[in-house]
Amino acid sequence: MAPESAAPRLIDHFERGLQAPICLTWELTYGCNLSCVHCLSSSGRRDPRELTTAEAKAVIDEMNRLQVFYVNIGGGEPTIRPDFWELVEYAVEQGVGVKFSTNGLQMTAAHAQRIKESGYIDVQISLDGATPEVNDPIRGQGTFAGAIRAMETLQSAGVFGFKVSVVVTRTNVGQLDAFKAIADRYGAQLRLTRLRPSGRGAEVWNELHLSAADQRDLYTWLLAHGEDVLTGDSFFHLSALGQSLPGLNLCGAGRVVCLIDPVGDVYACPFTIHESFKAGSVRDAGGFTKVWRSSDLFLELREPRSAGICTKCSEFDACRGGCMAAKFFTGLPLDGPDPECVMGHGEALLASIDHAQTPRTDVDHSRGSSRRMLPLSVVSRACDESPVASKAMAL
Amino acid sequence: MTAIDDSSWDPTAKWGLHPMVAVRPETFGALVYHYDTRRLSFLKDLRLASVVSELDDGGSANEVLDRAGLSGADREAFVQALEMLSQTQMIVRR
Repeated sequence: MAPESAAPRLIDHFERGLQAPICLTWELTYGCNLSCVHCLSSSGRRDPRELTTAEAKAVIDEMNRLQVFYVNIGGGEPTIRPDFWELVEYAVEQGVGVKFSTNGLQMTAAHAQRIKESGYIDVQISLDGATPEVNDPIRGQGTFAGAIRAMETLQSAGVFGFKVSVVVTRTNVGQLDAFKAIADRYGAQLRLTRLRPSGRGAEVWNELHLSAADQRDLYTWLLAHGEDVLTGDSFFHLSALGQSLPGLNLCGAGRVVCLIDPVGDVYACPFTIHESFKAGSVRDAGGFTKVWRSSDLFLELREPRSAGICTKCSEFDACRGGCMAAKFFTGLPLDGPDPECVMGHGEALLASIDHAQTPRTDVDHSRGSSRRMLPLSVVSRACDESPVASKAMAL
Repeated sequence: MTAIDDSSWDPTAKWGLHPMVAVRPETFGALVYHYDTRRLSFLKDLRLASVVSELDDGGSANEVLDRAGLSGADREAFVQALEMLSQTQMIVRR
């Protein structure tokens, strides 16, 4: 009866799917001015088949009809689309809020002013190291400075509560306090998400994903910070370590989340750009609404699923088998443990997987030089914590 | 940001949705989203969802609950739920 999250029965409703997604990610372009080693969508070059401005506006009209509260716009780097701001403003006019993810390189004072003036636009600046030494090997030379410049620009315009978005890796997990200090310094909120073996992430996952000890440290840190730090619900597999983390704590793929890619294809979640998880296209008759409500894939994902050997595990209720994308792209069965299962079940299975045989997406817009191994000369270091609390938020 | 000075819960006062809040009906009740705080809440009861949407054009919160025919333990739970919504600024005095 209480109007808050985290009651057991609600999860059953979520698993059966909602009238419209809670979290709808829309990647506007595969074009990007960077080539991060872990890019989940293998972005780089624009795709000539990307939705036109008119088609994109029709998608926004649908979101309005479906009463989607907000859309998470990403890419690629969404701001390189010449009609980016036109689409953002169109969405806001239709009552659809916008959160967009950007590397910040193109953030100007004028953009920051626009964001300040609208109550419906939220920004997320990507940062993968709290120092250039850790960030730049992952995101590219000069990207740390670029992200900090964008934060300064936002702060100068009086935009507060924007997000600093970090993919937690083996090289930056020692910098959690330093990331928090950066967010606090700019009046922003820290958002930590999980590294998935999706897109180019598959190439670096083995070197960059967290060790069991790292995962335990992260879990303790997240519990201590509660709702001050956002996670996009991405570490729910860690809830098997004890107390649940804030959030819905379930795999929302096709049930409460989905992805629209730049060419209009609809996938179960942002980390599953692969034929196996394509539910349809916004260009099909019936549009996005029909895909969300009646595609075979999404209906199947909303059915009760066999959890295979995980059902025998004492922690199954906490982690519910973990992340579908992480399992799929590491070659593990979908009805088995997460590769980063905190009980160690995934690790044992991974040892028997032939990496040459793991599924790879054929949706790849990387520029020639993008697929490369990470120069792993970087060592993470602990930094002083700034004990400033920011406001609590739900997701 | 819309500044609300008097947000203390009082069921005899008139309440309504915060101007930056949107409600979406779902089979189990409704989702409520606040564009300022970016907080999402879940109303896990269809009757609570209709009470919340009727606050705006009814009298006091108590009168809206009366009209919905709520009494006893149900009513207590609904009053508590409304109080929680007022604490997170989902509903505000009007």
